[in-house]
Amino acid sequence: MKTVLKTEKIDKYFHDPVEFQVLKDISFDVNRGEFLSMIGKSGSGKSTLLYILSTMDTEYSGQLHIDGQLVTGLPIDSLAEIRNEKIGFVFQFHYLLPEFTCLQNVMIPALKLGKYSEEEIEHKAFEKLKILGLEDQALKSANKLSGGQQQRVAIARALINDPCIIMGDEPTGNLDSKNSNIVFDIFQNLTREFGQTIIAVTHDEDFAHRSDRIIEMKDGNILAH
Amino acid sequence: MNINYKIAKTYIFSNKKLTAVGVLGVLLGMSVYIFMNSLMVGFDRTSNTTVFKNTAHIRVYKDDEISKPLIKDSIAPYLIINPKIVPKINTIINPKKILQILKNDENVVIATPQVNTNVFYNNGKSQISGTAIGIIPEEANNMFDIKSTMVEGHLDHLIHNPNGIIIGSGVAEKMNLTTGDNINLTSSKGINRTLKIIGIFKTNNYNIDKIKSYINMPLAQQILKEGNTYITDINVKVADPETAEPIAAHLTELTGYNAESWQKSNETIVAAGRMRKIIISFVSFTILLIAGFGIYNILNMTVSQKINDIAILKAMGFKGNDVVRIFVTQAVSIGVMGVIGGVAMATVVITLLKKVYIGGDIGYFPINYESTKYLQGIIIGLVITFFAGYIPAKKAANVDPVEILRR
Repeated sequence: MKTVLKTEKIDKYFHDPVEFQVLKDISFDVNRGEFLSMIGKSGSGKSTLLYILSTMDTEYSGQLHIDGQLVTGLPIDSLAEIRNEKIGFVFQFHYLLPEFTCLQNVMIPALKLGKYSEEEIEHKAFEKLKILGLEDQALKSANKLSGGQQQRVAIARALINDPCIIMGDEPTGNLDSKNSNIVFDIFQNLTREFGQTIIAVTHDEDFAHRSDRIIEMKDGNILAH
Repeated sequence: MNINYKIAKTYIFSNKKLTAVGVLGVLLGMSVYIFMNSLMVGFDRTSNTTVFKNTAHIRVYKDDEISKPLIKDSIAPYLIINPKIVPKINTIINPKKILQILKNDENVVIATPQVNTNVFYNNGKSQISGTAIGIIPEEANNMFDIKSTMVEGHLDHLIHNPNGIIIGSGVAEKMNLTTGDNINLTSSKGINRTLKIIGIFKTNNYNIDKIKSYINMPLAQQILKEGNTYITDINVKVADPETAEPIAAHLTELTGYNAESWQKSNETIVAAGRMRKIIISFVSFTILLIAGFGIYNILNMTVSQKINDIAILKAMGFKGNDVVRIFVTQAVSIGVMGVIGGVAMATVVITLLKKVYIGGDIGYFPINYESTKYLQGIIIGLVITFFAGYIPAKKAANVDPVEILRR
């Protein structure tokens, strides 16, 4: 099993309004193809941890490795490149660009990466939408879709650069149970069929228990792997 | 097309109203800037043309001198208690050599001698005091463009008629004279001459037209009882009138005579021109700046509206510079559209105004398509637009995606 993400002794403090340690000595590994859920009460530090893992939050001590590379201490432009190439994001809200069509939204990260020609990217984006059952909606404007559809487009966008890891911050938090199930099934399918690694922060007990592995957090510590 | 530009383009066209307002702001600012500055150039040109019809770029003459003590004594500096103007003739000694020196100077285009004489014009009982100017007709024409002011007769006839005179329209009117009539001249030395009027000029400046006349230089010397080396002024024309001042200083040193630039002899006009320049530059620049504020506002608004887009783009791997490029592209696009519109509008306004008749010695509205002002406006407009976009863009680039996405 190959390790795609590894943390070593990550500590993080909030300084405002009072000094407060949010994360205490967090160390764990994530293997390729794992479907990992992070649960815990509000304020347990799970979201904070996710944003550190995402490389967007750089104010912490300890070490973070992604895909075998130490990313702690890299300049922010290099981190942006790493996010672009290796990490896909799904948030509670879809954050699609409303002026663009679904297809264009999916294409944006790949156009930024610039590894393939525009035609190839368009083809790939269409394939991703097909996996998520949205091929009919491809040319519709992103804000014309239903909530569940929009979240699926967001997942397609996260997949476009074939990232090492998909990170989700409450990916089903804003969906009804039917759409939640659809999103979960998509995630599960991605790990089973494509060996995709997924790390998702969730409140949804059901969602967490159906995933491969649970990290439960409390007061900045990992309670159980 | 690069993805940054694609996003910028989408932002420009997704909010057409906002874009249109920005473009309109730049368009108006731009056209007013070009129009006002072109107008200023036109004004300056007209006022200079008027000045140069009567004033040489540089006038070289012998200035009056105050008598000075012969011996410099540090103990008693004033040996002369009541200094007076030295009773010398105010003429240039050895004018041929001085002329040669002037003509050899690289800055000098034309140098022509002139003899000023105060005279009385007599016709029957009527008498007017005035100034007859002794000239070498061809050279003086190159200098002052006398031919363009002639309303009757021909300047060239003066060359062939040693007893000819060209009088101002004011003199002609007052004395009821036309071409072909005779006029009697009395000089300050009491010499009387009857001359034939071979032409009438009109500068549209009545103060000049009612006193001035042109005669041949030898005649002027004769009525002053002087020889052919008597010259009161040498008029100098230089390539660029704006440089007359330093050249005049140089010529003073070169010839030893007083060389006076037109700026010095027309200080009121020069000062008025300078003031006009300051006001117009200030106002037109302010207007362009306000257009810049318009763009700044629009960009600020776009950044606040698109804060979620910016956060997700940064999460997906867009760098700070990419974000700056998106918004600067938007600002500069608005700027370029406005500049193009502004140039077109300024051209239309100038074209219309050129056809408006003002009257007097100005004639048609003194405005023209000034390419330097166009260029200047375009550059300043684009620079302002760039910064008006850059400041909000920089703010957008510094957005912390975590703060937005964690809500």
